[in-house]
Amino acid sequence: MTAPMLDVRMRFERPARQQAAFELNVEFQIGAGITILFGPSGSGKSTLLDCIAGLLKPRDARMLLGETIVQDSATGTFLPPQERHIAYLFQAPALFPHMTVEENAGFGLHHAPEDERRSTVNYLLAAFRVEHLAKRKPREISGGEAQRVALARALAPAPKAVLLDEPLQGLDAELKSSIVDDLRSWNRANQLPILYVTHHRDEVDALGERVIALDHGRVVGEGIPHTVLDAPRTKRLARAAGFENYLTAEVLELREADGVMRARLAGSNAELELPLGYAAVSDQVHVAIRAGDILLATQRPVGLSARNILEGTIDSVEIRGATVVCRVNAGAAFLVHVTPGALRALEIAVGKRVWLVIKTHSCQLVD
Amino acid sequence: MEALWLSVRLAGSVAAILLLLGMPLAYWLSQTKWRGKFLVESVVALPLVLPPTVLGFYVLVAMGSNGPLGELWMAWFGHTLAFTFFGLVVASVIYSLPFAVQPLVGAFENVDSRLLDAAAVLGAGRWRTFREIILPLSIPGVITAAVLSFAHTLGEFGVVLMVGGNIPGVTRTVSIDIYDHVQSLEYGAANRMAIALLLISFAVLSTIYAVNRRVWSPWPVK
Repeated sequence: MTAPMLDVRMRFERPARQQAAFELNVEFQIGAGITILFGPSGSGKSTLLDCIAGLLKPRDARMLLGETIVQDSATGTFLPPQERHIAYLFQAPALFPHMTVEENAGFGLHHAPEDERRSTVNYLLAAFRVEHLAKRKPREISGGEAQRVALARALAPAPKAVLLDEPLQGLDAELKSSIVDDLRSWNRANQLPILYVTHHRDEVDALGERVIALDHGRVVGEGIPHTVLDAPRTKRLARAAGFENYLTAEVLELREADGVMRARLAGSNAELELPLGYAAVSDQVHVAIRAGDILLATQRPVGLSARNILEGTIDSVEIRGATVVCRVNAGAAFLVHVTPGALRALEIAVGKRVWLVIKTHSCQLVD
Repeated sequence: MEALWLSVRLAGSVAAILLLLGMPLAYWLSQTKWRGKFLVESVVALPLVLPPTVLGFYVLVAMGSNGPLGELWMAWFGHTLAFTFFGLVVASVIYSLPFAVQPLVGAFENVDSRLLDAAAVLGAGRWRTFREIILPLSIPGVITAAVLSFAHTLGEFGVVLMVGGNIPGVTRTVSIDIYDHVQSLEYGAANRMAIALLLISFAVLSTIYAVNRRVWSPWPVK
């Protein structure tokens, strides 16, 4: 990683009034390029961005943007949003409805001389492929186009950092990735730190350079997406990261030498071998397993390296596009994803007896 | 016709002054997070519930040669403020204040706060944000405020009677004139004036309803 360009340490408290009390307490640095801020809804992502942009004022904070101190509560420094030079794109494009696309894009440049403003606006509208809409009003363009205009508008005043709060929600995947590609190529020349908020796992994988995972107002993981999100530390994060199964089990035995432990699923006799965690015998542990990581067999499998083979029956089968979601009762209820082809080949139907095959390291211990 | 012209002049001046005074007040009310805001809202709304005579009485006392406003006026201009056209304007401005401020606050609060945030991160200060974002998006509210304060002033009676008296060409407005005619049993003349006022009021109201359906917005709950 390059030298940190956006350095954030802050605590923000929202007292319980309309909503429940909430505390955001985070510390991180991000460098040039896209960093993803990932977390379930309500984890404090948007609040964090509002604080960085200066729209909210955390009581206790020290934030640096390059060499500039944007806030330091120790000295009482607080730059208003107008002086931070941070581009901020909201979930909705928030284009000024009474202005044309061109006027919107030039709004942040009103100190610039006319010809400079015009050339910057033209350049950015072209970079985000909306130059042909320059004379239109926001109500005359599509949602994807509006976000492209909003991006151009946000980047026009030459910001020093970019915040994006799920700006592409509701757009289809192809449109989304083409906008992100345009943003990436723009940033190749500019090398700005970009903080991109999302709660969609697929978006993390598509964008992923570096991810910061946030839950309950705390940073719970930081690093490359694969390591952070494939070993989620909390239940909510596990859900958000696409772990469909979330089970509770009681530890029966620790096998330190093998790096594993055995546990019994709550409310059943089914046992699982789990990776060793911070737990003692008879402790309750929580386990997250992806539905796609579980194999389904119609006969008891033999000669496998996988350590967990659970017997059960199919409770329900639901076809969702190219994925078949099977609910299997194997002591506890498991969700298993198979392909439509497998469904036909194995003749899976409600009531059928099946075996679930789960690798020890497909089981993630979560808080 | 002198009375009608006077009424229109009065209503026009009051509407213009109220827009100038009402906009900063409404802007402040729409943006402030101060807890005591409801007190200011109540004061602004008082003329809605007070009998015009109560308001008129206090305004008269304040304007009288022994009142604070009256003394100041006397010192500067050498005559009393009460029973003058300008005195009427001052009283009417107070009396019609809620009719200007409430639609303005409603319109300003209706502007999506994310637009204001967007303007702020793009470097626009309060004044520029107000001028270029809030105001252009509140045009129907501004029209409503202007027209309502005009129409309300046009039809007032009690305050004028208390503060202005009945001086032809100076303070005798349409409503006073109609009252006068009725008192002297000149029903024909009263009717002509009444119809004129009725038609003007109807024209004014249909104008705003055509522009904006939410005219009688109470304090917005947001």
